[in-house]
Amino acid sequence: MKSVKKLMLGVAVAGLTATASFADTIKIAFIDPLSGPFASTGTNGLHQYQFAADAVVNENGGVLGGMNFEIVPFDNKISPKESLIQLQVAIDQGIRFIAQGNSSGVANALTDAIAKHNSRNPDDRVLFLNYAAVDPALTNDKCNFWHFRFDANADIKMDALTDVIAQNDGIKKIYVIGQDYSFGKAVAAAAVGMLGAKRPDIEIVGNELHPIGKVKDFTPYARKIVASGADAMITGNWGSDMVGLGKAVIENGFEGPIYTYYAAGSGITAAIGESGKGRIRLIAEGQINPPVSDEASAMYKAYKAKHPDGNIDQPRIFNVIGMLAKAIEGAGTADDVVAVAKQLEGMEYQSIWGSKLFMRPQDHQLIQDMHIQVHTDEGVEFDYDGSGFGVVRESTVSMASMDIATTCNMERP
Amino acid sequence: MSTPATTPLTAGTRRLIPLNHALPWIIAAVCLFILPYVFDSRSALTIMNQMAITIVFALSYNMLLGQGGMLSFGHAVYMGLGGFFCMHLLNWVEAGLWLPLPLLPVFGGLFGLFFAFLIGSFSTRRAGTVFAMISLGVGELVAACSVIIVIFFGGEEGISGDRTMGPEVLGWDFGPQEQVYYLTALWLLIAALGMFLYSRTPIGRVANAVRDNEERAEFLGYSQRHVRWMSFMASGFFAGIAGALFAINFEILTEENLNLTTSGSILLVTFLGGVGFFVGPIIGAIVFTLLQTVLSLYTEIWALYLGILFVATVMFFPGGLAGLLAMHVLPWKLGKIGHLVVPYAKMLIPALAFVLSAAAVLEILFHKRHAGLGDHEMNLYGITFDSHGAMPLITVLAIAAVSLFAIVKLAPGLKAAWDDATHMGGHHG
Amino acid sequence: MSLFIVNILDGLVTGLLLFMLCSGLTLIFSMMGVLNFAHASFYMLGAYFAYQISLFSGFWLGLIVAPIAVGVIGALIERYGLRRVHKYGHVPELIFTFGLALLIEEAVQFFWGKSQQAYEAPEALDFAAFQIAGNTFPAYKLFMIFVAMGLFLVLLYILTKTRVGMTIQAALSYPETVQNLGHNVPMVFMGVFGVGTAMAGLAGVIAGPVLGTFPGMAFLLGSIVFVTIVIGGLGSLWGALIASLLIGWIQTFAATYNVRMEDILTSLGFTKPEPIWDSAWQDLWTLTLPQIGPILPYLLMVIVLVVRPQGLFGKRET
Repeated sequence: MKSVKKLMLGVAVAGLTATASFADTIKIAFIDPLSGPFASTGTNGLHQYQFAADAVVNENGGVLGGMNFEIVPFDNKISPKESLIQLQVAIDQGIRFIAQGNSSGVANALTDAIAKHNSRNPDDRVLFLNYAAVDPALTNDKCNFWHFRFDANADIKMDALTDVIAQNDGIKKIYVIGQDYSFGKAVAAAAVGMLGAKRPDIEIVGNELHPIGKVKDFTPYARKIVASGADAMITGNWGSDMVGLGKAVIENGFEGPIYTYYAAGSGITAAIGESGKGRIRLIAEGQINPPVSDEASAMYKAYKAKHPDGNIDQPRIFNVIGMLAKAIEGAGTADDVVAVAKQLEGMEYQSIWGSKLFMRPQDHQLIQDMHIQVHTDEGVEFDYDGSGFGVVRESTVSMASMDIATTCNMERP
Repeated sequence: MSTPATTPLTAGTRRLIPLNHALPWIIAAVCLFILPYVFDSRSALTIMNQMAITIVFALSYNMLLGQGGMLSFGHAVYMGLGGFFCMHLLNWVEAGLWLPLPLLPVFGGLFGLFFAFLIGSFSTRRAGTVFAMISLGVGELVAACSVIIVIFFGGEEGISGDRTMGPEVLGWDFGPQEQVYYLTALWLLIAALGMFLYSRTPIGRVANAVRDNEERAEFLGYSQRHVRWMSFMASGFFAGIAGALFAINFEILTEENLNLTTSGSILLVTFLGGVGFFVGPIIGAIVFTLLQTVLSLYTEIWALYLGILFVATVMFFPGGLAGLLAMHVLPWKLGKIGHLVVPYAKMLIPALAFVLSAAAVLEILFHKRHAGLGDHEMNLYGITFDSHGAMPLITVLAIAAVSLFAIVKLAPGLKAAWDDATHMGGHHG
Repeated sequence: MSLFIVNILDGLVTGLLLFMLCSGLTLIFSMMGVLNFAHASFYMLGAYFAYQISLFSGFWLGLIVAPIAVGVIGALIERYGLRRVHKYGHVPELIFTFGLALLIEEAVQFFWGKSQQAYEAPEALDFAAFQIAGNTFPAYKLFMIFVAMGLFLVLLYILTKTRVGMTIQAALSYPETVQNLGHNVPMVFMGVFGVGTAMAGLAGVIAGPVLGTFPGMAFLLGSIVFVTIVIGGLGSLWGALIASLLIGWIQTFAATYNVRMEDILTSLGFTKPEPIWDSAWQDLWTLTLPQIGPILPYLLMVIVLVVRPQGLFGKRET
């Protein structure tokens, strides 16, 4: 038995050292699900990172006089525990930049672990580039110096969304439904609070949470929503919960607009297809249709040429890469992450997808334009999932929630 | 003598190694002490910690499955609840409670024991399918509660704490991974020894009797229900210790510590290692952790390999990896283990070729189907080639076919050698 | 009231779908003593096969071919996998099917990737059959009801009127005796396993467009199928039918009616602590029925097993 143990550990260590670091590239660890039920979102994100690193940095001569970006994928199986193990592996490989986005639960675990790691091991600190986890707590109560969020948080998105809803006099009754966990609750609380302030005449005819990932058939929920007489509904659902809810609601006769956070890409657009045309709306950063510039158009075409089934459904990934490159150039080093972080704080940057970006120094929350986009097949230059359907910009809130309050009380090294 | 474990569940405490002597334990302790000097990176330490936790958990699971004959689909509940409770304890320590970190697993164990006592009071009334289904139901209920009862479980994001806030012990504050490793290793030894000694006690032996024949055990005057309940509580205690070690290592507990996936994977770990042997779960935990953590760095389809390995184990080696090793005890005792070296070495080459080429077939097909368009370049075993060309696929298929042919050709020779090695007498017995 | 009627119909669809899975599973269990953990995986295979076929020739060919293909795979797995493990006992058998479930999920991802597939209901059925107070009832769901009912009637006919069915029925109650009478039990086993998995495959074919065709679909349904047959009583076809409908309706009504713990507690004379987010009882006060709906079947199962281990309609103990 001992010899087996030895052999196995030998294999493990051979494994761990074989991928040891080379200093000629700047490595970014991509820790997200690459297997299991959420793997499609993770794999899509990875492709966008790899493409963005090549297109934004490497093909333009790299940074610091020729260093390229390299994205190193780690499969966290969307498990906090696996994420922490992979984080250690990444740090041991000499990686100093950690990108993660899927699931606020994992992001919470990572931001906590990274803060502890950085205080216990000042010699090899790392930065956390959060590109998609939108739990407001991450830039409020749980904020720390090492965490930067490149997506708008749930409150900011709801702020922009309710601005748009408030202008629509046809909406008198709204149904709010979401997944039963921190993010779903944050969406519901923000919706109720902000609608109450902006349009007190709108009645919230339903506000409920359903178990996350456990509902097999959304028909009963759809029945309730139709029966409530709602003019519009708001949901923060993602993944198969989004597809299930969206399809059931439309199939069972709901007529109004459906405002969502995540109803695009990763197979969702194709699954919703014709039934959601002109009905499903999405609050997101980054305008895909119509393209904002020839440059954006060319970028998307190049991506399509490489991944014909893929989508740029998280355009902010290009901003992560671009801003990181600018910060490393500004700091003159990729090893001293404190200097890089200081560069990122307060940085202004022009996104290729048509927005000015500003990294708020007090809570490390990126401020950017938010767009309401509609799911359709008309005027779609770049579709999602090869389905002919895509999202088209309807309206924009520029530099959304620039002055939103934060409870973040950041300790700086 | 083909396989010693045709019914893998009938011998919970068979020994591959004479564990009732002190020597194996001392060797294990020395190995655990030296390991961090060999593998000193933080990630290696983290993986070894993870292994140690899985070993304790799997051993506690085998107290049910291997020794008690109880198939549970909800064992994560006891590890998870023990871990959650310890996390709260850690937070109380941060608020001023005096408790040295090394003592934390005791409390985790007691909490696991407490819940095993509660749930066991009704779930252990019957064995077999009823027990299995109740464990599934309770597992699902507790996992669902973890999202609903936010105040204790922290909802989907779980609860976290800081292990360094307690009093220092011997100048250690348990911040660095290495210190945590030694703490985990110490508790691994304590827990493993505890579980081994438990299996030697009368109550541990009666558990085997109840597993093998409920009625006979009843006639002997043992209430089968009480025996199961005792095993269940003991198992809950050690699972709780594993939970506490998890809390110390990862400083966070979430819903995944309770859910059915975790419960299912410990079944997988234990069976893979071999339920018939005390060391089985240990081997299973080591192999599984390596597969999960290290293999997933190299290939996207690691879970497919794991599934194949598991199904193949159940089909061909129901005694698990430990059973495979145990088959060689007899040739060893007969002094004929040397007779197997040459046939094994002959078999090794085509077997290795077959496994590698079969994996290559899968990898190439997977790359062809799922890589980006125009991304034809593929790297396998250090060779770079065009995954969409016919040649690489034909080559690996040919290697696979040739090696399979060689395996079939060599099999009778191996079998003859095996028969020779497992029989008394001269060279041509 | 109109919502109530709609819910009855929706619950019927869910329940009948569940029954299509449970009937096969309970047949397999009764005959072979194997709780087939991979049963829902065959359901998933049915959906994926039908999707693949629908890409070339539309929905209807898949409806016929996919279940047959799944049944053949099931029979082969019984012949070359399960039968081999059978001699080791029931626990290894169960563990084998457990591993099989993992393997099938991985295999599906290997071939079709990880995203949800755009498997759609046929256009001929893509209209609203009728409407009750604004809630439309899709024609496709009526179709699902008919298929499930049809399957149930065919099964009932085979089991009660044909010779094969008599043998199977006898084996349900007296497995040893039937074997002693000299029936080719291994052949019957293979047949039952094939038919049982084919029925799961058929359920997948018709459920795929409604519930979604994605690699997690088996896991989502897997344990609930067990729960249903355990509640109904292992080995009882009628028990499986009644338990399926019961769970279908429980889940539908629990999701629809927003019974709140707050109202119950207030009516019992308790006062809600304010502010609620500061109270140790916050989770109890904010609890609602839809939140706990999906776990009600598990709760029901634990209670049933503790009180009556053979299930509601089971005759012999497991």
